[in-house]
Amino acid sequence: MGATGDAMLELEGLCKHFDGIRAVDGLSLKVERGEVFGLIGPNGSGKSTTVNLICGVFPATRGSVTLGGRNLDGLPPHRRLNAGISRTFQNIRLFGELTVWQNLWIARRDAPGEGPGFARNWFGSSARIREDIDETLEFAGLAGRANDLAQNLAFGEQRRLELARAVSARPRLILLDEPAAGMNREEVEDLRQRILALKRGGITVLLVEHVMELVMGVTDRIAVLNFGKRIALGTPGEIQGNAAVREAYLGTPDAGIAEGGRHA
Amino acid sequence: MAYYLGLLQTIGIHTLLGLSAYVLLLTGQLSLAQVGFFAIGAYISGILTVIFEYHIVPGLFVGALAGGFFAFLVGFPALRIKGLMLVVATIAFSEIVRLFFFNLNWRVMVNGVEVGPDSTQGFREIRFYAANGWDALDVVLFIWLFVTVVMAMLWWLDRVRAGATLRAVGADELAAQSSGVNIVAVKVSAMTCGGVIAGLAGGLYAHSATYVDHLTFSVLLATFAVAYPILGGLSSVFGTLIAVIFIQGILIEGMRFLGDWRSMLFGLLIIVAMNFRPAGLLDGSVVARIRRILGRANGSDRGRHA
Repeated sequence: MGATGDAMLELEGLCKHFDGIRAVDGLSLKVERGEVFGLIGPNGSGKSTTVNLICGVFPATRGSVTLGGRNLDGLPPHRRLNAGISRTFQNIRLFGELTVWQNLWIARRDAPGEGPGFARNWFGSSARIREDIDETLEFAGLAGRANDLAQNLAFGEQRRLELARAVSARPRLILLDEPAAGMNREEVEDLRQRILALKRGGITVLLVEHVMELVMGVTDRIAVLNFGKRIALGTPGEIQGNAAVREAYLGTPDAGIAEGGRHA
Repeated sequence: MAYYLGLLQTIGIHTLLGLSAYVLLLTGQLSLAQVGFFAIGAYISGILTVIFEYHIVPGLFVGALAGGFFAFLVGFPALRIKGLMLVVATIAFSEIVRLFFFNLNWRVMVNGVEVGPDSTQGFREIRFYAANGWDALDVVLFIWLFVTVVMAMLWWLDRVRAGATLRAVGADELAAQSSGVNIVAVKVSAMTCGGVIAGLAGGLYAHSATYVDHLTFSVLLATFAVAYPILGGLSSVFGTLIAVIFIQGILIEGMRFLGDWRSMLFGLLIIVAMNFRPAGLLDGSVVARIRRILGRANGSDRGRHA
């Protein structure tokens, strides 16, 4: 964790209203450079909406998103990727009819000093591109599957390919939206190791997750959302002992925690 | 012999028309506007060679550019709609173009003869080939030169990142955007390329037929344009060619003895194809098998070459 002011990602008063429903309601957060930051909360608490706001999938109703000191408001998703944010999806979204290799090829962002992009788009791939992609495949444990169609991979491999595709974009910040959903214990541990490897590689990670085993085992700090608002912030240890968090997760008679329950 | 040369011209022109829709289908856009761009290319190149006495090469070139220009304009509103709504909007565009030419009356005297588009009577004097002593074989070779060049370019596209990007947009727009793809640029570029190819096909058609009128550019032709790549499959640019040979060569010409019953056969064919080969005649697995037979390491090796 860096000192204050060394924020990689800063959300300020972020709001998103859908037809009167406040999915995200004045959320402010600071993710420090190089940390693994967890974002948790009950179903419908606004986690995925927050991820989509950070990526620019839809515009925020109010508030701003800043990456490494640069304001991203109004930028479309592809420009935010160029600014250094890449992501995975809660429901796997691969380019199914393209090969594993091509999935990474599309997402690969040029390294500085690589020259104009024209040749890379309209002519073959250079040795450097191939090395980069092979290295990323190695990282994701997909080295043997480069030429298989993405749609033919097993579920766990598809999850790893999504991660590899996000890494291929050379992000400064990577957003993982429930990457452990549907994984068994072994796969979760495997994922934990990969997230730690990303952190060692200097990439800041924002992890949205329900699998507490992973969240508690890999994050430096955690923010808890409920009804689109931040109800707690702290280290995994602090969060586990937090009364408000327990209440949000376990529910109280007047809190209306049932799935999809939000105040309008 | 003349009959087969004429058939080869038709197949070449329809292949180009099908490929113009193929480019768009790669990005997931089903467009019935291709016939509109085809009509624009036909009329503009015809007007240039007949009224302005251009050589056919610059005539075709300007016709293709005009097709591309209008496709570019159509591309922006088309970004906002998808699926059936895009189909309806693009039909509307093609009808607007058709009705424009239905009303276009521009008769001028060239070398003592009155020529030009004559609204409902059509545009009847597009005789560049005959006037310059090209015989049917010359025309076939000329048309297939363009078919070869366009197919080679699209074949190349499938081997470079730009082509993979088109397919990525077709597969999942949100994932493509999140992977750094500017989908506005990609979709409008694909629309423009499709317009250029359709405009080129239209110019070649006008000069082969020597006569065009608004009836040629019907919704039926627009349906054929998208049916070719869908029937042929999107895995390979050759699928469209095979589908055109099948439909124009076998179904329409070979079954001539069936008369108007052929139209029913066409409908039946689409239904049968949808049931048995939903991804087209040349789907991914067939393409992979062919590549293996041809001695390539792997069918899905696209993009690692070159």
